[in-house]
Amino acid sequence: MFEIVNKKELNPTVTMMDIKAPLVAKKAQAGQFIILRVDEDGERIPLTVAGYDREEGTVKIIFQIVGGTTERLNHKQKGDFIQDFVGPLGKETDVEGLKKVCIVGGGVGCAIALPVAQRLHKMGCEVHSIIGFRNKDLLILEDEFKEASDKLTIMTDDGSYGEKGLVTEPLKEALENGEKYDEVITIGPLIMMKFVVATTKPFDQKTTVSMNPIMIDGTGMCGGCRLTVGGETKFACVDGPDFDGFLVDFDEAMTRSVMYKDFERKEHEDACNLFKGVE
Amino acid sequence: MPNMSMTKNPMPSQEPAVRAHNFFEVATGYSKETAIDEALRCLNCKNMPCVSGCPVKIHIPEFIAKIKEGEFEEAYQIISKSSSLPAVCGRVCPQESQCESKCVRGIKGEPVGIGRLERFVADWHNEHYNGTVQKPKSNGHKVAVIGSGPSGLTCAGDLAKKGYEVTVFEALHLAGGVLVYGIPEFRLPKKIVAKEVDTLKQLGVKVETNVVIGKTITIDELMNEMGFEAVFVGSGAGLPRFMNIPGESLKGVYSANEFLTRSNLMKAYNDDSHTPIMKGGKVAVVGGGNVAMDAARTALRLGADKVYIVYRRSMEELPARKEEVEHAIEEGIEFKLLNNPVKILGYNNPDDKRDAKNGCVIGMECVKMELGEPDEKGRRRPIEIEGSNFTLDLDTVIMAIGTSPNPLIKSTTEGLDVNSRGGIIVEENTGKTTKQGVYAGGDAVTGAATVILAMGAGKTAADAIDEYLSK
Repeated sequence: MFEIVNKKELNPTVTMMDIKAPLVAKKAQAGQFIILRVDEDGERIPLTVAGYDREEGTVKIIFQIVGGTTERLNHKQKGDFIQDFVGPLGKETDVEGLKKVCIVGGGVGCAIALPVAQRLHKMGCEVHSIIGFRNKDLLILEDEFKEASDKLTIMTDDGSYGEKGLVTEPLKEALENGEKYDEVITIGPLIMMKFVVATTKPFDQKTTVSMNPIMIDGTGMCGGCRLTVGGETKFACVDGPDFDGFLVDFDEAMTRSVMYKDFERKEHEDACNLFKGVE
Repeated sequence: MPNMSMTKNPMPSQEPAVRAHNFFEVATGYSKETAIDEALRCLNCKNMPCVSGCPVKIHIPEFIAKIKEGEFEEAYQIISKSSSLPAVCGRVCPQESQCESKCVRGIKGEPVGIGRLERFVADWHNEHYNGTVQKPKSNGHKVAVIGSGPSGLTCAGDLAKKGYEVTVFEALHLAGGVLVYGIPEFRLPKKIVAKEVDTLKQLGVKVETNVVIGKTITIDELMNEMGFEAVFVGSGAGLPRFMNIPGESLKGVYSANEFLTRSNLMKAYNDDSHTPIMKGGKVAVVGGGNVAMDAARTALRLGADKVYIVYRRSMEELPARKEEVEHAIEEGIEFKLLNNPVKILGYNNPDDKRDAKNGCVIGMECVKMELGEPDEKGRRRPIEIEGSNFTLDLDTVIMAIGTSPNPLIKSTTEGLDVNSRGGIIVEENTGKTTKQGVYAGGDAVTGAATVILAMGAGKTAADAIDEYLSK
């Protein structure tokens, strides 16, 4: 069992937790993920590491409430325990030698992009961050990004905060103005990453994407997380989660990501009703 | 007087039409009377040919002699001297190609039902024996076992009995490896695996779940920082193989590992499970091994209308256990033999990109095969019959064509050499790897094989580790 030592609501649909897991905290690096089960008989879900404290032995996770499992997780409080927590899994984000990077984050993906930005910032890399949200209420981690970035652009779909528009707009503008990055690293919804890649490709701007497909074991055993990358089948759990954005088949990944949509919707409703009944 | 019946006592089983719709165990096991009657078929041969066919060298005539006398607990004690998992082996061993293939009674008639007797004895023990296992006195040496499947559990059990302080590390949340994620409930009830793991714990074995060796902790850390003097790697086969044909990423295409893990480990067969799985419709399982049979019979029980096994050779070359194939046929699974998939077909609505059915499997194009000359293994090579392509209408495709070794441990352990297929290189008689103090066995070495071979390898390594640390 793993204790929730801290819980904070970042916005109405996104929650942050610090989980006591010393073995995972000792090894975790930006870009890696963990798999958890909320309770006995729960499903296994992957979440990317949003931070860690090696001394305290805690790992930070930030999740959006999208289905039954995240709903159940969100009902746990500080001091409660979750059943299983395993990791760190996958490869860490390769930051070696990077001098100037543009981080493009969308929604809850910003939580995963932040540790990458922090790591780059700490090693003296110039970090330009572009983070986007649907509206002001959904904005998360603004201060943290400010601190980790040399330049920060905040976008909202409706213009309720920062600039109005999509994250691809300031990115395109920068590239058109002759900005050259060692790498663009993008983490967010599949559709956003697809369009970030579509934006960078004409400029031949190297772009890394972080994939978070459906998984079970997270160690390569099931193959449920497979993606087509450069015409080859890759497993996100052991070969990724980071891949060369130019090579990923996003349309296929998007189709696969909604494989269990109906089941998920029902699970989410069940979880909500269940807890309504308890109150 | 021996029982000279030419045939084995049949195994009582659920009726095919009933069992095809439930996950309860198919074979229900011998009664006391039937077990004694079957035991009486054993001639107690002096040279014990059956023992030579057993990878863990169970003293077969000896335990059968105890059954004849009705001394079932003593029979169990004889088996457990050689095998850590009798209730498992009695159910999943391919006895027909091992002990029973050497049985003298098999020359004229059917061999003694050794597997069925082993299962009877183990079940009798589990039901009637109340004593606890005595924890042996510690010899002060610490050994780490990676993976809690058949090879790891065997190695851990044997070492614990010799007084070693053993810790088993398991990547998943539950111990048992392939016995819990792979082999279905109807063939191996999970409470039996839990019981075997519990027995090991009584022997003093520690089981740490949720630890991925190679990620959470490396082998070097186990040995240099955590005080383990030897390590056994029984991490299993690893990554599922696909055919690399078009359409394998469509919705409704699974590896057998994923399909079985969802159903077995994650209990997707329960209606209240939180883990989804595709149920119903028409299902094709590609492959002819035991895993393919397990996947096909699981799909049937989950509610499929029709299940096919698609295999590129003929019934004769089918690698699955005979009993599993017979059970599958009885349950109504259709064998599409001498057929090979060339393409999986998906639904595509060009007028509506948001149609939820887009990207779902609707069929599989196959080509008919004929058998040519034998290959290097002596199996006749399948050759395509040009122009014989046809389409099967399907909703789900399950690939059960084997696995390739997992790179996690290899890539984080310096000095641990693997062969061209990725299997860990070991000395056959000891399980010793190229890294000092590290031993390996099971599918991580051989690639996908059987439970009993993995157990044999775990046993061999336990002996070798004992010798290494006794020096």
